[in-house]
Amino acid sequence: MAIFYLLPRFNYYKPKSLNEALKLLNDLENSKVLAGGTDLVLDMKIGRYKPENVIDISHLNELKYIKDDGKSIRIGAGTTLQTILESNIVRKKIPVLAEALEIMGSWQLRNVATIGGNLCNASPAADTAPPLMVLEAQLKLESIEGARYVPITKFFHGPRITELKRNELLTEIIIPYPPSNAGMKFLKLGRRAAHTLSIVAVATLITIKDDKFDIVRIALNSVAPTPLRAYKTEESLKDKPINLNVIEENVKRVAEEIKPISDVRASAEYRKEMSIVLTRDAILESLKMLNVKIGGEEF
Amino acid sequence: MIVSFKLNGELVEVDVPPNMTLLDVLRRKLGILSVKRGCERGECGACTVLINGDPVCSCLVLAPQAEGKEIITLEYLSKNGEIHPIQEAFIEAGAIQCGFCTPGFILTAYALLKRNPNPTIDEIKKALEGNLCRCTGYIKIIEAIQLAAKKLQRYSR
Repeated sequence: MAIFYLLPRFNYYKPKSLNEALKLLNDLENSKVLAGGTDLVLDMKIGRYKPENVIDISHLNELKYIKDDGKSIRIGAGTTLQTILESNIVRKKIPVLAEALEIMGSWQLRNVATIGGNLCNASPAADTAPPLMVLEAQLKLESIEGARYVPITKFFHGPRITELKRNELLTEIIIPYPPSNAGMKFLKLGRRAAHTLSIVAVATLITIKDDKFDIVRIALNSVAPTPLRAYKTEESLKDKPINLNVIEENVKRVAEEIKPISDVRASAEYRKEMSIVLTRDAILESLKMLNVKIGGEEF
Repeated sequence: MIVSFKLNGELVEVDVPPNMTLLDVLRRKLGILSVKRGCERGECGACTVLINGDPVCSCLVLAPQAEGKEIITLEYLSKNGEIHPIQEAFIEAGAIQCGFCTPGFILTAYALLKRNPNPTIDEIKKALEGNLCRCTGYIKIIEAIQLAAKKLQRYSR
């Protein structure tokens, strides 16, 4: 029988607890952590990674939870995308994350892929990153030495490179409650409507004060080596009056903040243009959630 | 290493290397040939199995991850030589051409109808986004699942 892909040999470890997993991660050289496996197993098949040791954390229930602690939503890093998508807390409090999950992968993939895995894989196209960036999520990184917290905006260092030290594991994503009057939106452009990687995706979070933009947060993926916040564009919109001209004029700045490449999914030029369009549309949709009319126009 | 799990209701034990995928365990060790080897990268859904009731691509699951799980393949659906109403519906609606993708589609449909006995067309499309078919154009598959929903409701009454 023909075998198209062979997985390399590795030592397989199945720790009984998070503590045991952290010890293994500390003690084993050249290891990879297996969460959902939708990236790692594929990457081992195509030879991107050849770990000597695989530490399976997919069965660790202590990493699977969604908790509302009254000021933030805490998601265990091992929680599957489908579980998060179906969570009422997430849909109500942070719908922008649910919107991203809704169009990630397929049902089969969401049933195993985890939020921690999506972040730690650190693909420039990670779709959970833009929503978590506009929500200003904090990440809990644990090792046998203890825990530290880093904002998600400091987590990505490059394609598949993160802030994680060799012996650290991402264990929890902490999402502070967004301002109660915030409008938010996730928009993704892919080659298909479903089961597709993004050409560019944008998340926005907006609040308004005295008919002007107050908080403006914009995050994008697939247009730079890492998902990123468009701080300059955000800044330029803050305190500006809310009308279509202002929005269209200011979102053009996004193109200066990103560094897209041309690849099999799209050209750099197309990504730049679409980043502007999607940012504009995501801002308009966020305002729609706040029932803001723009110059009486229906959009 | 020894891995044991429930396969279509029966406890099985296999001696497999940890770098074997569940797809290979099912096909090569256990002779479950309804589970198809398609893209082997989680894109086509031909290798779909249900793990604890959820559709999953078995090509991306490592053998030891199956430990203690309940796994269902197409073989589970027909009982005593009688095919399942979803299988009947696929035949009656003409939702099968080459048939390679069919086991995956039927298992995903089975999982969908368990959760949502009367899905809308959009809900069916959403559930099926991880199953690819190169023959039918999907319309007849969607019709088959609508027909299956009616059949199952009739049987449960």
